[in-house]
Amino acid sequence: MTVDQLINWLPFGTDWPVITFLTAVIICALPVFLFIAVYALVAIYGEVKISSFMADKVGPMGQGVGFHAGKWGLLQPVADALKLILKEDIIPAAADKKLFIMAPFVVFIGAFISFAALPFGQNTIIADMNIGIFYILAVGSLSVIGIILAGWSSNNKWSLYGGMRSVAQIVSYEIPAGLSIISIIMLTGTLSMQGINEFQQGTIWGILPNWIIFNNPFSFIAFFIFFISGVAECNRTPFDIPEAESELVAGAFTEYSGMRYAFFFLSEYAEMFVVSGVSVTAFLGGWNSPISGFFNSPGWGVFWFMGKTLSLVFVMIWFRWTFPRLRVDQLMSICWKVFLPFSLLNIFGVGIWILITG
Amino acid sequence: MMIDAAFWFIVVLTLGSACMVVLNEKLIYSAIALLFTLFGVAALYVFLWADFLAGVQVMIYVGGILVLIIFGIMLTNRITSVNISHTSVQKGIGGMVVLGILFVLGVMILNTPWLHTEFVEPAQTTATIGTLLMMEYLLPFEVASLLLLAALMGAAMLSRRDD
Repeated sequence: MTVDQLINWLPFGTDWPVITFLTAVIICALPVFLFIAVYALVAIYGEVKISSFMADKVGPMGQGVGFHAGKWGLLQPVADALKLILKEDIIPAAADKKLFIMAPFVVFIGAFISFAALPFGQNTIIADMNIGIFYILAVGSLSVIGIILAGWSSNNKWSLYGGMRSVAQIVSYEIPAGLSIISIIMLTGTLSMQGINEFQQGTIWGILPNWIIFNNPFSFIAFFIFFISGVAECNRTPFDIPEAESELVAGAFTEYSGMRYAFFFLSEYAEMFVVSGVSVTAFLGGWNSPISGFFNSPGWGVFWFMGKTLSLVFVMIWFRWTFPRLRVDQLMSICWKVFLPFSLLNIFGVGIWILITG
Repeated sequence: MMIDAAFWFIVVLTLGSACMVVLNEKLIYSAIALLFTLFGVAALYVFLWADFLAGVQVMIYVGGILVLIIFGIMLTNRITSVNISHTSVQKGIGGMVVLGILFVLGVMILNTPWLHTEFVEPAQTTATIGTLLMMEYLLPFEVASLLLLAALMGAAMLSRRDD
């Protein structure tokens, strides 16, 4: 159900346009916000547990007598969230107060409004825009402004360094990510998220699903360029030099505490979901079932989309505990000397592929 | 009408934040107010069914130029210790010039025979742009890309250390 259908369906009609509009916005926005909150709790629990298992530990466990962290430590994320909510909200005396307060919201809004164009299922999308995938790439730039504000307004040298590193990194990695998306758009001929999903229905040679990643060798490479650039845009390890605990305390977020810090945390996890969701939609078939015609109803579409997206989120967590952090010069040389030429080559290759196969 | 309410809200947001850009004493606050102005202009494009242009506006102006402006402010020497402000001088003459420009623009707007179209959603918004860029306006498109390439090479030249 898209927001247009929702507005037509609401009973207030044209007599009460403002009420209709506000109701539609609340009906769309509230579930997305709740979804981000619940998903972040799950992802934090997953992150703690997965990192523990990868280090051959068990992570939080509720052992012994008493109410520890629940069975298998299931209450650990709830405890973390409660701790963040109850913490004192500290604003440094030397900070620029207005911008300091504004920054977490700007970052969160940047991640939050991207969800408007994510196709969760055949009928489950807030707005199937003509420019869907381009919209997500564009509103991502809002987070950049938020991080730069957080770094600057804290009036702290670690924050400023962290913020500037983060922005330099995000702005650089937007380019290979955007160029890989261009090679996808050349294949599908549409920017609409549902259009890209519909392009990927069916099979190749009757065996492989007709996903864009299997469409030709160039889009196979493009997927990896896009996904790795996405990890870099989320500032996740191995690209976490903006936060780099061992050098910069916590980068742009050093001075933040309590709920304001929680919002940065929430937007990082939301951004991970958005990047994975866009990768799934653009390369891995979106809501299409991996086996053509197998559980391919609209309800199961949501299942396939969530399954694939959460798997990619798992891969991001996996990266974190596998690769060491890159140096700044390594980071930039990968972006400009490896990803950029390869993504340009991809565009060229996909063009020739389309010419040959018709 | 819902669309009217949204339209006026966006107009007020755009013009209000544009005034903030000019009137604010602190340079960084002006830059942040510019964020809202640029978003407002993008929203006005959406009202003209130019959603692709709105996306481009957000991507290039917010994601590129505004970041560049904020970087410029931040890299100014001793920015953290000094409140850099832009003061207004010659307010009277400035106001006269602005009123003159406003008058000329107003006369132009009222006298132009504007193209009126039906308020219907076009089937495609991006396909037309692509076709026009690749068919009719290919030469300007390529010349623009050459210009950007020259700017890119110039920036690379300037930022190179003398070895």
